[in-house]
Amino acid sequence: MSALLTPSATGAVATRVLTQLRRDHRTLAMLLVLPCALMSVLWWMFHDLPGEGFSRLGPALLALIPFIIMFLVTSVTTLRERTSGTLERLLAMPMGKLDFLLGYALAFGLVAAVQSALAVGVCVVLLDLSIAGPVWMLMVVAVVDAVLGTALGLFVSAFARTEFQAVQFMPALVIPQILLCGLFVPRDALPRVLDVISEALPLSYAVDAMQRVASSGRTGEVWTDVALVAAYAVAGLALGALTLRRQSD
Amino acid sequence: MMKMAVTVRALEVVRGGIPVLRGLDFGVASGEVTGLLGPSGCGKSTLMRTLVGVQRVTSGEVEVLGAPAGAASLRREIGYVSQQPSVYDDLTVTENLRFFARILGVGDERVAECLALVALDGHAHRIVGRLSGGERSRVSLAVALLGEPRLLVLDEPTVGLDPVLRVELWDTFHRLADDGAAVLVSSHVMDEASRCDRLLLMREGRLIADGTPSGLLDRTRAEDIEHAFLSLVRNEEAA
Repeated sequence: MSALLTPSATGAVATRVLTQLRRDHRTLAMLLVLPCALMSVLWWMFHDLPGEGFSRLGPALLALIPFIIMFLVTSVTTLRERTSGTLERLLAMPMGKLDFLLGYALAFGLVAAVQSALAVGVCVVLLDLSIAGPVWMLMVVAVVDAVLGTALGLFVSAFARTEFQAVQFMPALVIPQILLCGLFVPRDALPRVLDVISEALPLSYAVDAMQRVASSGRTGEVWTDVALVAAYAVAGLALGALTLRRQSD
Repeated sequence: MMKMAVTVRALEVVRGGIPVLRGLDFGVASGEVTGLLGPSGCGKSTLMRTLVGVQRVTSGEVEVLGAPAGAASLRREIGYVSQQPSVYDDLTVTENLRFFARILGVGDERVAECLALVALDGHAHRIVGRLSGGERSRVSLAVALLGEPRLLVLDEPTVGLDPVLRVELWDTFHRLADDGAAVLVSSHVMDEASRCDRLLLMREGRLIADGTPSGLLDRTRAEDIEHAFLSLVRNEEAA
């Protein structure tokens, strides 16, 4: 029996994914620079307006960005892995499915950490985003969020045959979460049915967590949110593991 | 008595409602290069995927190195090269091999050995995506050799290679067989048949012949394997 998890194999997958990313300079630059640019645009939009628009929306955007980007990047890369035959080859080798999944989660979690460190840094230092709680907690939320995006991306890649289809899962699975996460209409003001749906969606808790760190700094409640998002990520990885079949029909 | 690396009995595989393999019985011996020949679409790749354990069997038995195909214990013992070069285009040759070596738990010195075996030592640090098709499939072959497998399953490994290199690769296959491995090589090019110790001829999901190249020629009184194949098909259709 091959072990469920071999640290060296998990590490090999993570290193390999990061090496591939390092080769792709344009993607790397976009991963790191775009979030900062988008936060700056948001700040600029509200610059001449009264009220606290940037402080209200900024933290939510910090939660959305890693989730969306890692979802897209992962669903396309793992789809490539499925269609190029490398996944089949790996599954015919003594590699645990968990090694594969955690390797990806580790690699993209790491990228998310760097990505959010930059974005949070820009927001706090340059754009004067006021954060009541500890700033590092924003990054913890961002990383858990990115892992959630990676987990869901891995899962949906099993249902796409082409990269076009994979990208279509973004409007199907991600945009509804953005609509219902409380950004446009506070969640308790939503019609009852939509409110119930929003309570079942992980991104609602991710946005909640970011807003709590920014506004109140009551870390206990933040950790509850983070734990919920993490639970969804674990569930997503478990679902992803089910889609990794060593045999095909 | 020859040692059988693969024993297949009454194997049937149905994919998407279509029978692809229709009752196969044969063996693949260790220490030999066995050629699996037949036109494209005859089920060669499905058969190879079944031996490797990535294709579900509908009925029948497939025993590989003493275990049922697909058993976890076989994952270290089989080297498999599929038709598409299943390697990472955006990594260098060495990075690809090192990655798979870590998954297999073999050392870096083996990486260099395998590169030499497929004559890619000069391209170690080139990005795979910038190599030619033939070079890329040799990277894939090098990955399959990493774990010093007891069974090598190679799906059309010589397509698109220049003749000199093709001869070299066949020599490599024979060296591996001499060292005790069972080597199964598929091809739709009949002229590669003469390089095999044993041949399995396949058509429409069935084996129409199983024997040595010279034995097949004698039996069919044909001048080459292509004609032997034709005469076997005609006999079968007449029967």
